[in-house]
Amino acid sequence: MRKSVSIPTSGQGSPTLAMRWSSFQRRYAPYIFVSPFFILFLIFGLYPTLFSLYMSFQAWTPSDGWGRWKYVGLENYTFTLTDPMFWRSMWNTIWLGVFSGIPQHLIAIPLAFVIHMVLSRFKTFVTAVYFLPYITSSVAIALIFNTLFATHNGVINLVIAHLNTWPLLGALLPDQNINWFTSANIKYALALVVIWQFTGWNTLLYLSAIQAIPKDLYEAAAVDGATRVQQFRYITLPLLRPMMFFAVSLTIIGNMQLFEQPFVLLNGGASAATPGGQTATMYMYRTAFEWLEMGTAASIAWILFVFIGILTYLNNLIFGRAARGGD
Amino acid sequence: MKQIPSLLALLVLLGLGLAQKTTLTVGVFPNLDDALKAQIQLFNKKYPDVEVKLVIQQYADHHNALTTALATGQGLPDVAAIEIGFVGRFAEGQGFEDLNKAPYNAGQYKRLFTPYTIAQATSSDGRFIAMPVDIGPGTFFYRVDILQKAGVDPKNMMTWPGYIAAGRKIKATTGAFLIADASDVAWINIFATTPANTSPYFDAQGKVVVDSPRFVRAFELAKNIRAAGLDARVGAWTNEWYDAFKKGTVATQFSGAWLQGHLQNWMAPETKGLWRVQQLPEGMYASWGGSFYAIPTTSKNKALAWELIKFVTTTREAQVAAFKAIGAFPSLLSAQEDPSFNEPIEFLGGQQARLLWRDAARRVKPLKANKYDRIANEILTQALSQVLDEGKDIQAALTEAKRLIERRMR
Repeated sequence: MRKSVSIPTSGQGSPTLAMRWSSFQRRYAPYIFVSPFFILFLIFGLYPTLFSLYMSFQAWTPSDGWGRWKYVGLENYTFTLTDPMFWRSMWNTIWLGVFSGIPQHLIAIPLAFVIHMVLSRFKTFVTAVYFLPYITSSVAIALIFNTLFATHNGVINLVIAHLNTWPLLGALLPDQNINWFTSANIKYALALVVIWQFTGWNTLLYLSAIQAIPKDLYEAAAVDGATRVQQFRYITLPLLRPMMFFAVSLTIIGNMQLFEQPFVLLNGGASAATPGGQTATMYMYRTAFEWLEMGTAASIAWILFVFIGILTYLNNLIFGRAARGGD
Repeated sequence: MKQIPSLLALLVLLGLGLAQKTTLTVGVFPNLDDALKAQIQLFNKKYPDVEVKLVIQQYADHHNALTTALATGQGLPDVAAIEIGFVGRFAEGQGFEDLNKAPYNAGQYKRLFTPYTIAQATSSDGRFIAMPVDIGPGTFFYRVDILQKAGVDPKNMMTWPGYIAAGRKIKATTGAFLIADASDVAWINIFATTPANTSPYFDAQGKVVVDSPRFVRAFELAKNIRAAGLDARVGAWTNEWYDAFKKGTVATQFSGAWLQGHLQNWMAPETKGLWRVQQLPEGMYASWGGSFYAIPTTSKNKALAWELIKFVTTTREAQVAAFKAIGAFPSLLSAQEDPSFNEPIEFLGGQQARLLWRDAARRVKPLKANKYDRIANEILTQALSQVLDEGKDIQAALTEAKRLIERRMR
């Protein structure tokens, strides 16, 4: 049933300009107010996405000029799917996703619990301190860590060298300075940087979820003789499942698109450690802007999209039921 | 009263006429911009009505911006500085004016330049798209104090085996590393042994040649250095690299002549007088870097842009001004005859290094640019790193590299 806007007429029988304008406003004002977002989204969001999809079926060297691309069908996709460099970068991305993603949550959940239970007086201050890395620029962080990880004079190696002198721990640590910027080791350096940067964010998320758990559940459990650890395991964890779903989704999507930290730590691709730390997005960027192959880069982007979609679907399967309130 | 409107019109026209200055935009990156600023001062003496506006971005951003501007045909400057890494690929596109044609007729100027630079800016179908403004003749920097302490004569380092043997002695007696990164030695060998007028990675027919003996030898030399523990395993242009120069933990470095300017100005000024230079071992001559200026086809001031480019590349005073400003080695042969070339360089302990560099520049073989050069470079870098860091067999690594490069050529 469509509601029609009746145009008031004056006594003369036909609507005046002022009245027509007023009804026009009433009818279309909502759309006009919402339009800035849609216009910007169309120009900067939708159009580039569709153009990139179109480009993934063309071969184009951008410096050749606009329009100078030629249709190649699925060739870019078959090329990328059989490209060892691409699969190496996907492996790096997944490795980083797992080994920097899981520790973030493993640290964040108990930390949020401790902040909630024990440090609730300093809660705001402590959360703010842990949250600080998240709001700092990724590039700035990566640049500083670049210096911290330096082989001969970096702080991290100096600390390890010192710890080497301790009796028990010393046996576990390597004797020589670790060269972090080799293909084999760069992954660990990157994982450390990412964990350091994002644990605070997850702590904040979990803290807000823990605060939503009603206190009487804990009191009832305490009355029944449950220790803090048992309370954590049987009350907090299950009730955190919806938040875990949300936080893990964000971690998956964010880690699969990790770009700034590898790009800075690998010196834009100039570092010898690049094959061991290059993520899929970094490989895509370099394909586009260093080797000037736009079509191939677009195909990488869309293959990555499919991959993230699959992972999100799996995440949905594992945590999704809890998020929708059932269990 | 009727005359007032026409009077006003006349005044407005006069005003416009007085303000009639043409603006030329030049896209450039540091520190080439310092050289250009010095040259513009001289340029404005000849062309006082031209305002040259510089759009300065860092090397990577500058070339990214050029790439996107070329892709859309919008936002290109009147003159674009292009560095050696990108000139080959940009030449293949249609974004820049062919300077062989009228009204530029650059053919008449080509013989004025160091020969190898012309091939670099020429596309595979013979279009010459950029004029060379500076070059980087490769040279061998060494710390004379460290060598003296180790009892090594620099002349004995003029063969690669001799170089490595000296390195062992240096490490044993002084503890200093021979070189920052063993892969440098591989690259010198690859570039310097390329036959004239071919690309390093492709032969005259465009086939991939990275599994040929000269590549094997290059990789072997690097592997020997790495196996003997003689390199510091520090990447170029990292903080650790600068530190190695400051602290004297590295005895030699191969680079373009321009490294002397960087060392002197900011990397390790306190090591003044401790460095010397000589030619690369085994009569090898190679080029490190090099900048060019091109005119985008979308420019509205092509004639004026060409005047500026001609001025900074073919006039001796402009080339010498750039040389004095940032140590940019002139591409113009006559500028290399300037008396300042005989001056001793204090930073190098009074050595007349410029004569050495001039000689080296004249002997660098011209290399052709191929549009797959950058990706071939990347793949070969990865192969080299697999050999050095992961102990992969050299022949296997090169065969794999050849396969990877070939599959990208489509």
